[in-house]
Amino acid sequence: MSLTPRPAPTPAPLTPELWAADPVLEIHDLSVDYGFGADAVHAVVGCDVVLRRGQVLGLAGESGSGKSTLAMAAIRLLRAPGVITGGEVLFHSTPEAAGGPHETIDLLRAGDAELRRVRWSEISVVLQSALNALNPVITIGAQFDDLLRVHRPQLSESERWDRGVQLMEMVGMTGDRLRSYSHELSGGMRQRAMIAMALALEPQVMILDEPTTALDVVTQREILEELMGLRDRLGFAALFITHDLSLLVELADEIVVMYAGRLMERASAASLFRSPRVPYTYGLLHCFPPMHGERRSMEGIPGSPPDLRALPSGCAFHPRCPWAMERCRKEAPALVELDGSGREAACWLHSGDATVPAELDLPDPANRGPRPADERTRARRATR
Amino acid sequence: MSLAAAQPATQPVSVRPVLEGRGLTKYFAVKRGRGMFSGHARLFAVEQVSLALAAGTVTSLVGESGSGKTTVARMLAKIINPDAGDVLLDGEPVPAGRPRSYARQVQMVFQDPFASLNPVHRVRYDLVRPLRIHHLAGEDIDAVIADLLRRVALEPPAQFATKFPHELSGGQRQRVAIARALSVRPRVLLADEPVSMLDVSIRLGILNLLADLRDREHLAILYVTHDIASARYLADTIVVMYAGQVVEAAPSARLTDDPAHPYTQLLLAAAPDPDRAEPPSLAGRGAPPSLIAPPSGCRFHPRCPHAMAVCSAKAPPSVTVAAGHTANCWLHVDPAQRRVDAEAEPAPAPTDGMFQRPAAASPDRHHPEED
Repeated sequence: MSLTPRPAPTPAPLTPELWAADPVLEIHDLSVDYGFGADAVHAVVGCDVVLRRGQVLGLAGESGSGKSTLAMAAIRLLRAPGVITGGEVLFHSTPEAAGGPHETIDLLRAGDAELRRVRWSEISVVLQSALNALNPVITIGAQFDDLLRVHRPQLSESERWDRGVQLMEMVGMTGDRLRSYSHELSGGMRQRAMIAMALALEPQVMILDEPTTALDVVTQREILEELMGLRDRLGFAALFITHDLSLLVELADEIVVMYAGRLMERASAASLFRSPRVPYTYGLLHCFPPMHGERRSMEGIPGSPPDLRALPSGCAFHPRCPWAMERCRKEAPALVELDGSGREAACWLHSGDATVPAELDLPDPANRGPRPADERTRARRATR
Repeated sequence: MSLAAAQPATQPVSVRPVLEGRGLTKYFAVKRGRGMFSGHARLFAVEQVSLALAAGTVTSLVGESGSGKTTVARMLAKIINPDAGDVLLDGEPVPAGRPRSYARQVQMVFQDPFASLNPVHRVRYDLVRPLRIHHLAGEDIDAVIADLLRRVALEPPAQFATKFPHELSGGQRQRVAIARALSVRPRVLLADEPVSMLDVSIRLGILNLLADLRDREHLAILYVTHDIASARYLADTIVVMYAGQVVEAAPSARLTDDPAHPYTQLLLAAAPDPDRAEPPSLAGRGAPPSLIAPPSGCRFHPRCPHAMAVCSAKAPPSVTVAAGHTANCWLHVDPAQRRVDAEAEPAPAPTDGMFQRPAAASPDRHHPEED
């Protein structure tokens, strides 16, 4: 068995129709509570996220914003006391084994057998702490062996080992590291081994939950480069969860920003960075001091992230928002498309007769030809 | 708040450092082998690090994990004692141990505000305790505490003083930790990754508070971090460490705009930067070396894209590239002097003091302590 490159989807200029083109994972109106009844904490409220084939979708938010909960619930890995209280998660599977059946699986209603078929072979997960995710008492090689023995029973023992070596080399490690235990590896190597393991069955979707947060910048950059190269070669779609919006802007095709369990904004990476439409996104972007230019005083976002047990009324961001209006205190805005721009925002400033502050009305670069992210992707693909 | 006023182009407020580390070196013993063959090896955590903290400035120590930056901060705080080198307060060597008068003047703020505050006591207790220990508790303790909490922008103070740590957010906890450090009216604040455990949206608030303390109260602040962008934002001077040694030191904007050492260049290329149009190319991939058997010569040479013969033979000297900007790199040494025959001349000391003090020292300028 070899890693056959999957034809990468040809990137096209982003049009509203394309947002919905060829989705691989669709999350609709997903809600998650922690606990029951009156004490329940609403960690995720009515979120819609669509991951398209071959896309890197960034999910940004601070701790407690519900970004990990959303992803874990979508693939049914949520643990008690987390409860999925509503919604639908559709996985449009087109298995790699050519000619495999195209099918749509409702992950929230799928039985154990069906989940077992999909998990890891079609949707894999890389967690932040590889030390906790790897088994400490068996070698890395034994963990590859376990995985392949179950999911690829036709492989012989030596073939499984060879495949392990191949996967390790793919993520920039040598095959002899298969004999190591996880504690013998550095943080970066552990995370690489974890990524190799997540790729072992050539999944269609990879969920990356803060995969590089615990690593040093140089290692982080190396791993992300490798990951993006693999994405271009193998064509999987990635849901990349992180609190580091500045990293996401460089990396993702599209970004979704979460706050207090709700989606605040969705736009292509360049549009979000150059022309945020929601005050929270604007504030978050101004939390990262720039690496160039004159040093200026920056303010960040006043106040602190809300306690989910006692959310403010209306828009959860209104106590920290410099442009909050009367309406914001009363009604929570829904995520709606901003007239025909293909991007969505949940903010009252963009509805009715409210005046949009100049800061939130910057020209959208997506309206001027192809997005930089697409060009970058294309350039990367051309060099390979 | 005036970050611009603290631009490093202007002279540091005080040329004479309040706290200085000279040639700080620390080895840790690590166990090697098993059973009857076991023994101890030396881990060279920090070697020959010199740095000086002047009043009214923020000095940032930047490096990856394992580079020794926290160890340097702990040696300066005298929480651990250096194996070689001196810590000088106002130019006077500090005696061994951690004299109480020293502890009063040099305070530390730790990374994790969830661990550094006692969960069973109220905020007031945390602030009163250092006052009692240092016999600074005057008549009106409540007024002192209210003042402290106001200085770290926790208002209304009366309300915050009666809270337990679990009732506070991460940013508020870190403010309490800073208030506790300020309670004994220190002159030096050593902040070890004070924002890395906090949410992104509140980090700037803490950094601005530190900048405020520098400007208003003339504290000498050491800001230890792995995030070079925040160091550029806050610090006047950045010192970059790699594998236990200083590789480069310069005024912060200069260091990030015009890095002289290949490691600093690598670090900057790897840092996230949304403004970047092209994906960066990393020159010098790989990981930091083992500190039990560090590479000979320059410790960065196995990864360095510009490595020369001399780099593996001799440790590079500290070269002044521009005013206030030093780099420990052979690239900046005159080619004629990059001779490999190490016997000919003794290797220069790896690091020199980073502040060049004027030959004719001005009379001691002593900053009055804040009240």
